[in-house]
Order: sequence, then C-alpha cells, then structure tokens
Amino acid sequence: MANLELRRISGHAGPVPGAGVKREPEVAKLVDTTTCIGCKACEVACLEWNGLTFSDTTFQNSYQTMPETAWNYWNLIKFDEYEPEGGSLMLLMRKDQCMHCAEPGCLEACPADGAIVQYANGIVDFQQEHCIGCGYCITGCPFNVPKFSPQSRKVFKCTLCVDRVSEGLEPACIKACPTGCLHFGTKDDMKELAETRAKQLREQSGFANAGVYDPAGVGGTHVMYVLHDATNPEAYGGLPRDPHIPWIVRLWKHPLKWLGNLAMAGGLIGIGVHYLRFGPKTVKEDDELPKEGHQP
Amino acid sequence: MSGSYLLPHGRVLRYSFNERLMHWLAGVSYVYLLLTGLAFWSPWLYWLAIVMGGATIARELHPWAGVIFTIAVVWMYTQWGSQMRSTERDREWWRALPHYIRNEDDEVPSEERFNAGQKSLFWGFFWCGIALFLSGLVLWVPHWIPWSLRILRLIAVFVHPVAALLTIALFMIHVYMGTAVERGAFGSVVRGDVSRKWAARYHRAWYEQVVRDSTPEE
Repeated sequence: MANLELRRISGHAGPVPGAGVKREPEVAKLVDTTTCIGCKACEVACLEWNGLTFSDTTFQNSYQTMPETAWNYWNLIKFDEYEPEGGSLMLLMRKDQCMHCAEPGCLEACPADGAIVQYANGIVDFQQEHCIGCGYCITGCPFNVPKFSPQSRKVFKCTLCVDRVSEGLEPACIKACPTGCLHFGTKDDMKELAETRAKQLREQSGFANAGVYDPAGVGGTHVMYVLHDATNPEAYGGLPRDPHIPWIVRLWKHPLKWLGNLAMAGGLIGIGVHYLRFGPKTVKEDDELPKEGHQP
Repeated sequence: MSGSYLLPHGRVLRYSFNERLMHWLAGVSYVYLLLTGLAFWSPWLYWLAIVMGGATIARELHPWAGVIFTIAVVWMYTQWGSQMRSTERDREWWRALPHYIRNEDDEVPSEERFNAGQKSLFWGFFWCGIALFLSGLVLWVPHWIPWSLRILRLIAVFVHPVAALLTIALFMIHVYMGTAVERGAFGSVVRGDVSRKWAARYHRAWYEQVVRDSTPEE
C-alpha cells in the first residue's frame, strides 16, 4: 500500500524506508464479546470482501464453523460454553482473527525480506509475493494465526482489510456486524470506548471481572476485546492469558544470531591469521619411508 | 583394510572411488545447504538465496538437499564408523595438538588412517547431521504440527541453527586443513592417491599398515 507508511519489514537488512516521516494514527478493531450474538456475518463479510472461497465446515457439537482459522478463512467466531461460579450457563462468542500485535512474533521470525510488513498504523500484513513459504511466522505467532496454503505454498491471514483502511473505510467485518459489537477507529479512541464499556459491565451489569484484552506482552494489539471476565481469557476459545513472542524465538533471533555471526567472522579471521603465521605443512624432501618387506 | 593399497610410481591409494563419491555427495549438498541456510539465517546474507536461484526455490530445495546430505552422512557412517573409534594413539595426538597447530609435525605421534582431529570432525558432522535432520523434518512441514505440539517447532528453530553453526566451525577447519594446510589432501579426495612420503608424514601408522598388507608373506 503505497499510501501507508511502514514501521517494520521482515528479514530486512538496514533501516525501514520512509519510517517515521509521516504522522499516522494507530488504528484498532474493538470486539465487544458481550454483545456478540454469533451470527457470523463478519465471517461471511470477510470471505466476500477478500474474495475467499467457502470451505467445508466441521461440526463439533457447537455453532463454530471450524476448529480454527484457515489460510482461506481468516475470521472465525469461537463458541465456548462456560459456567461461571454461582452463575448460569453462558455461551461465549469471540471473533478470532489476527491480533495485529505491536510487537509481531510472525515478523520477528520471518527470514524473507519484505514478506511481512507492519504499517505505522499498526496493521501487520503478509506480502505473499515475497513470502517463501518457510512457515517461521507460524512458529513466531503466539495466537496461532498464520496459516499455510498447500496449493500456493504461501502463508495467509487477516489483513485487517488494509486495502479498505488505506482508503478510509472500516474493515469488512466491522461493516457487516448487525449488533454493533464490532468497532473500528484509532487505537486511543478504541481503548477509551473499551474501558467505558468494561466499566459499564462492572458497575451496571454485574460482571465484576469485566475488562479489556490488550495484552502488554506483545506491546498491545490492534485488535482488542471487551470480556465479561478478563481474568479468564482462556475460556474464550483459548485466548492466551499472557501472550508474548516465544522466548526461544527471541533467543534464536538475537543472542544466538550475534554469537553465531561473531563466531563465524572470528573463525575466518583466525584461519587467515593462522595461515599467515604458520603457513602450510610440508612433506620434507628428506623424509624417510619405512622399509618395505622387513616389517615384523 | 579400507581398500588402501600401494600404487606404482611411489603413490598410495588413500580413498577408494566409493569413498570419494560419498565425500563429494556430502560436500556438494552441504555447500548448497550452507549457502541457502545462511540466507535464511540473516537478512544481511539473504542475497545468497537470490544468487542460488531465489529464496522460494531455496526453501523448496533446501530440505531435499538435506535428505541427500543425510544419506551421505549415513553412508559415511557405514564406511568409516568403525575406523573413527577413539584409540590410545588419539589421546597422544590431542596432547600434541599445539605442535600440530604450529606445523611441528615431527613432534606429533604417528597417526592412523584418520587422526583424532579427523575423527572429531566425523563425529561432529554425524551427530550434528542427525540433529539437523530431525529438526529439519519439523521445519520442512511446520504447518503439519498441530498447535498443541508447537513446542516441537520452537525446539526445531533453535536446534537447527545451533547444530548448523557447529558444523560451520568444523567445515571451516576441514576445508582450510584439506586445501591450504595439508597440501596433497585435496588431491587425495579427488583423485584418490597420495605420495608415499605424504602418507608416511601425516598418517604413518596407516602407511605402515598398508605396506605390511601389500608385502607378500615370505
């Protein structure tokens, strides 16, 4: 998207071109799980706008379309039955999609130059023409979002409708939502709206643990949730309590990389110095051979 | 033993055709793996993949090259494994390592067909090869690993570069020793033969054995 400023580029040597030049507010999607009715209009709108084909659904004794998002199904409402202590049965519904982390594990892990970009507005987008299909993004993501397409051998996920957002439109899922549980705007506005709603739930609706999901472990996300019970995010289709880029990915991409580069450079220098100092081994002209035919 | 024998004109056959073939099967596949692997290792080396035909092709072929390399390593194990066991002579060789490094070869004890350093190289490549193969299988098809087993992916992305770095250290020493330092070694793994003086200087115990084996019983 030529009119969007970049913040980060995967697998990129050197600075990000154009970063920090333009003023660009961060955007965010806010999903109020307390007013979602599980109608799946967002799922359909996502397929429609992005031109994705319908895939087979899987029946799992719930309303859920399939077990998890797929390379051609980026938006999935997760349905979970939940019985709070002393309360009545609840059907939790959470729209699952890419969280557009401020610190994206997919981008951190990706080795392909420009295959994953993060725009200054916070959207994390895969550029399939630069993707090499290694799947490192799958390893880096704490939310199980990137999905590999066996036919194109590239990885796909929710784009936060970057093509719409860059033209000043809201994402397709937001436009389709009939209850108004989906909101889109600047991150600051959405945070404020989320906090207001959470406060309302706590004070007026009896959800003492209501709160906002905007996990700090990944620097905050550009998709946030209002939850009836923010102390138990796992109940909402396995939303991780404290997501962060896996420490082993960080270890691999930072200390190991520098140590390895240092060792390789040191090795090459060491070899050069050794050769200059000691040179080749030589077979001496006067070397004696063991006598043949007189061995014990 | 190991198919080595004396040749006319003061030469000794050091590596049979099969041994040379498996060495270069490993060598060529390793260099491809190294160059494409380094491209995925660092953005500053990504151009290596471009030179090798593009990063997408490199990602497709790297695992297959890994399979070829693994086959070569297993083949080497069947041919050389028994000759690579550590002996008392090797402990003396390690003690004489400073002399060996300083090219004071007269101070280095008589060496077998493979000296202790070569044996370490072999076992280093063997064990790292196994680690690279197993972690490589996971990295080949990460999308087949379910979310509940994601720990496998995390282990693989760490083990693979660590084992690769260890082999790079071994590879650097191996190529340097085999081409620049021990003149004649490179020819031995291409054409197969070395001079008797070369054999006697660098692998005297082996050479004496070859001579004994080649001498008809009186």
